[in-house]
Amino acid sequence: MIQEIIIAGFGGQGVLSMGKILAYSGLMENKEVSWFPSYGPEQRGGTANVTVILSDNEISSPVVNEFDIAIILNQPSLEKFEPTVKPGGILIYDPNGIHRPPQRKDIHVYSVAAVDAATEMQNQKAFNMIVLGGLLKVSPMVDLEHVMLGLKKSLPERHHKLLPMNEQAILKGMEIIKEEQVPA
Amino acid sequence: MSEEIFLMKGNEAIAHAAIRYGADGYFGYPITPQSEIMETLMAETPWKTTGMVVLQAESETASINMVYGGAGCGKAVMTSSSSPGMSLMQEGISYLAGAELPCLLVNVMRGGPGLGTIQPSQADYFQTVKGGGHGDYKLITLAPASVQEMVDFVALGFDMSFKYNNPAVILTDGVIGQMMEKVTLPEFKRRRTDDEIREQCPWATLGKPANKKPNVITSLELDPYKMEINNEKFQAKYKQIEEEFVLFEEKNCEDAEYILVAFGSMARICQKTMELAREAGIKVGLIRPITLWPFPTEVISKYASKVAGMLTVEMNAGQMIEDVRLAVEGKTKVEHFGRLGGIVPTPSEVLVALKSKFDL
Repeated sequence: MIQEIIIAGFGGQGVLSMGKILAYSGLMENKEVSWFPSYGPEQRGGTANVTVILSDNEISSPVVNEFDIAIILNQPSLEKFEPTVKPGGILIYDPNGIHRPPQRKDIHVYSVAAVDAATEMQNQKAFNMIVLGGLLKVSPMVDLEHVMLGLKKSLPERHHKLLPMNEQAILKGMEIIKEEQVPA
Repeated sequence: MSEEIFLMKGNEAIAHAAIRYGADGYFGYPITPQSEIMETLMAETPWKTTGMVVLQAESETASINMVYGGAGCGKAVMTSSSSPGMSLMQEGISYLAGAELPCLLVNVMRGGPGLGTIQPSQADYFQTVKGGGHGDYKLITLAPASVQEMVDFVALGFDMSFKYNNPAVILTDGVIGQMMEKVTLPEFKRRRTDDEIREQCPWATLGKPANKKPNVITSLELDPYKMEINNEKFQAKYKQIEEEFVLFEEKNCEDAEYILVAFGSMARICQKTMELAREAGIKVGLIRPITLWPFPTEVISKYASKVAGMLTVEMNAGQMIEDVRLAVEGKTKVEHFGRLGGIVPTPSEVLVALKSKFDL
């Protein structure tokens, strides 16, 4: 089993750290993992993306051009990565700020209103964990238990007090993700 | 107890491996995409534990000359940079080679020429293996294809540089530097004492004992006849390294009709291309040179007469292809595919190129 995932959005949305937590969760399940970021000027406020691969076997290329799952957090990323989802694959997006929703008919589409939910939770920083929760609901590639262990491992100790809030956010994402389309 | 597995970037791995090797000093100047090497070294504060010096110099030129100074004392010293920074270091690298000093250099390549881009590239192959500085010299060049090899090649590079009294280079790129993978780290080794260095490196300038002549380290020799003798000595050493230290990896070459030749991150991408090709019924193999100098000429020559063609895949306009063609000696068709200026080709893009170059 191999899962090739792209996470894309604005710099500062927590795209890279969400990928990192996913990679750490895979590590906790003894999977092979790779995490390859776009590290250009994106980090300074433009679009940012990261390719995360979780696999039961050795990972050959950390760079891929088709994805099983695309997690899309802004319009430019949707334009760029919607065509790269494998037929029958999964696209998850936050409708906030998306003015042209996904057009493809041959993929699963899910929406997760994470910006709104984070505002409701009065915690903008929970945004990426809500999205992660949504992902884990529709594609349970790692156990929540291992995600929490991965989160613990990827966060500096001084932030460990934030672990319960993050778990809450993940559960929230699992609750609010909506199926928009099944492949035709 | 099983070894602890870490998830880290290639750049971070270099830093941890250097501390654990017992390196004496790192001198560098920040540049993307390799700044995490010095950042990690600074964060780890090895001067408090192993006593390793970590110093941000005022420039790349200063860094490489600090390396020259440290190496002259027989210390295990290193620097790292990315392409434009390595260009600035070339004079110092030629001096290190001319003075036969061991050291480890790391180049995390980015797109050029000039200031170029900060994205991954492999366009410094010529600069590294054909002599970027002046004079007839060679650098032992290692090309890691994983974060684990970033760890392993720090020790290997240092060991080989001390074995042959010659600079060694880890030639890598922004893909391997920036990506995170699982790694295990070696045990901590303590730094060598000055007495151990005096014993293992009798040439080192660690202070002159009363009963000995001073050690002199220089690349200067005004008498051309003597300089020719020095050069002949270097050439004999390079020949010995070529005979003793060639590393490569081959995959699925036995039944291959076409062979991809790629190093570093491109070899990983080509491994996926190979999988895709075999799924499509094209028998593709892969040769990955691990030492770029000395180049694994023999294995390429061995397969040259058995395959219908070879494709070198590099993130440059065609540099390693020259060494592949020299190894092949016209026995098979050798083509090149590359992306330039910081673009990383994808596995299926390489497959399309393979099909079009060989009319498949």
